[in-house]
Amino acid sequence: MAKPKLKKHHINRDWCKGCGICVELCPKKVLELDDQDKVSALRLQDCICCRLCEFRCPDFAIEIETKE
Amino acid sequence: MAIKDYLRERFFPHLWCPGCGHGMVLNGLLRAIDKLGMSKNEIVMVSGIGCSSRITGYVDFHTLHTIHGRALAFATGVKMARPELNLIVPMGDGDALAIGGNHFIHAARRNIDITAIVMNNRIYGMTGGQFSPLSGENIRATTAPYLTIDPSFDVVELAKAAGATFVARTTTYHIQQVSDIIGKAILHEGFSVVEVLSQCPTYFGRKNKEGDAVDMVQHFKKNTTSIGSKAKQENPDLIERGIFVQTELPEYCSEYEKMVQRAMKGQ
Ligand SMILES: Cc1ncc(C[n+]2csc(CCOP(=O)(O)OP(=O)(O)O)c2C)c(N)n1
Ligand code: SF4
Ligand code: SF4
Ligand code: SF4
Repeated sequence: MAKPKLKKHHINRDWCKGCGICVELCPKKVLELDDQDKVSALRLQDCICCRLCEFRCPDFAIEIETKE
Repeated sequence: MAIKDYLRERFFPHLWCPGCGHGMVLNGLLRAIDKLGMSKNEIVMVSGIGCSSRITGYVDFHTLHTIHGRALAFATGVKMARPELNLIVPMGDGDALAIGGNHFIHAARRNIDITAIVMNNRIYGMTGGQFSPLSGENIRATTAPYLTIDPSFDVVELAKAAGATFVARTTTYHIQQVSDIIGKAILHEGFSVVEVLSQCPTYFGRKNKEGDAVDMVQHFKKNTTSIGSKAKQENPDLIERGIFVQTELPEYCSEYEKMVQRAMKGQ
């Protein structure tokens, strides 16, 4: 199976509560909180599509879309 | 099916505090159900009262939001009436083992096919941070300004002793293990207990200077280890994660059905 390639981080700003869990536990430090304490995906080229951010988010606010 | 299809999105954003572990348990649980390919109609989720118990409001299954400590009693009734349905009962530590302790041990003793999930944040979140039977010693709580003196139950040992036939523990840090274990617990025929160490940053974290939600989740990584690991031998204080018990014993509803058959024959 080919490695999944990142298409997009889908972020739901209305649901994100800025807890920082996805940001701090991302193994590649792809994510950051912006000045409104909402998550944003910055270093897209580093994302390995492990989906840990999506799996750990307590608020269902971040999803990874991949292309094969 | 996308896991969002299992959510009642109209109630989002949910009411749990930023970084509350209960949302992570919900996330892991829904991925387990999705992986099993279960339809919404096969599942009944029953809860009591507490922050954790609010979980039934957010899932699009058959749901019952009942009374504090009694979710297992309601679930027992549903299961006996409709044994073909899958019963999932998420509970807080107070809900499951303070006021609900008696229901917990008797459901385990009967080995009724229910999946009990103890979302253990070691505190009463909903009512403002009182200590619970799972807080353990030397914990600061609203009701313990000079630290607790009560030892904690060990959920795993208690469930084992009471007769549960599937007993496991994990934490919100180990999110894939949460899904994996809950999936196995749902498939298990008999009473399953899954303890998930969950963080309450608002009360437990703040009162006990455990830092924010991220720090608390990272504590779970630091303070736990796989069952029987070398790390455990070197540091007995580590809490073990994994499946402790998985055995087949007669299940309550099946035994009940046999009794009904005997009664029909008049024997
Ligand atoms: C019969 C009864 N007694 C007490 C209460 C008050 N009460 C509501 S929730 C709760 C405890 C909540 O703690 P826990 O079950 O650990 O769940 P959490 O909120 O931490 O998720 C208590 C004591 C109640 N609702 N009903
Ligand atoms: S884990 Fe979820 S709620 Fe927390 S900052 Fe990330 S996207 Fe937002
Ligand atoms: S998928 Fe993995 S690497 Fe990519 S942002 Fe999420 S946690 Fe980081
Ligand atoms: S009080 Fe604690 S348990 Fe309740 S929602 Fe807030 S963080 Fe979660």
